[in-house]
Amino acid sequence: MSLNMTTRQVGDVTVIDASGRITLGEGSSAFRDMVRDLASQGHKKLLLNLGDVSYIDSSGIGEMVSGFTTITNHGGMLKLLGLNKRVKDLLQITKLYTVFEVFDDEAEGVRSFQ
Amino acid sequence: MAPQDFTAAAGPASSEHLLDSTLETIDTAEALVTEAAQRLGIDEDDIPGLGMAIRECVANAVVHGNRYSTKKKVHLRVGVGEKSLEVLVGDEGDGFAVMDVPDPLAEENILKQSGRGILLIRAFVDEFAVRKREPQGTEVRLVKHLPQ
Repeated sequence: MSLNMTTRQVGDVTVIDASGRITLGEGSSAFRDMVRDLASQGHKKLLLNLGDVSYIDSSGIGEMVSGFTTITNHGGMLKLLGLNKRVKDLLQITKLYTVFEVFDDEAEGVRSFQ
Repeated sequence: MAPQDFTAAAGPASSEHLLDSTLETIDTAEALVTEAAQRLGIDEDDIPGLGMAIRECVANAVVHGNRYSTKKKVHLRVGVGEKSLEVLVGDEGDGFAVMDVPDPLAEENILKQSGRGILLIRAFVDEFAVRKREPQGTEVRLVKHLPQ
């Protein structure tokens, strides 16, 4: 299953609903393109919903980090929502829990930008 | 890293595969190894992690080793022993030294886009070793033990 992404606005927060796999190739490049597009359009508060993402590899992790840096350099923030256990384990192993703010509850994630 | 003993487990269910340097090979290799792991009785909870280790390893062979060359192959050996699964992944690239890979957990590297593959491989297997492949390339050995 490849990666599907849609965006919706919750107030001034842009929620990216992702589903599928963020892996080397099509998945990670689609994610990269979307984050860059959102950044260039001026979206600065991004909440990436990974609730329906079943799998992320090191390439996908790299794109998430790159997206974080891109948005931060545009004066914004990228935060994560709804990680399954496997993705949480990956963030622990890679120490990226120290980089990303992670939320289980969408409303709490949205409020955190205020 | 010092050369390791790469004597492959050679049970009757062991197999060797010569695969193209494409992204599809990553899926193929993961499927072959996870099927062997399930047959052997590797803990079901450990199989997704093992699959990830194989994917990272084969991705390295395809992307960094063979650089997607249609003239170069990925060499996969799945060795099924009595108490462990041993996987050898070889490429035909220019070779690399594990010691040259920057520590992805170091503060100065934490926001780098790449360089986490070997960290993830090590996290999900019991043994990991790299050696020069003859006549060309790199060979990586991964071992996952059966639960005691």
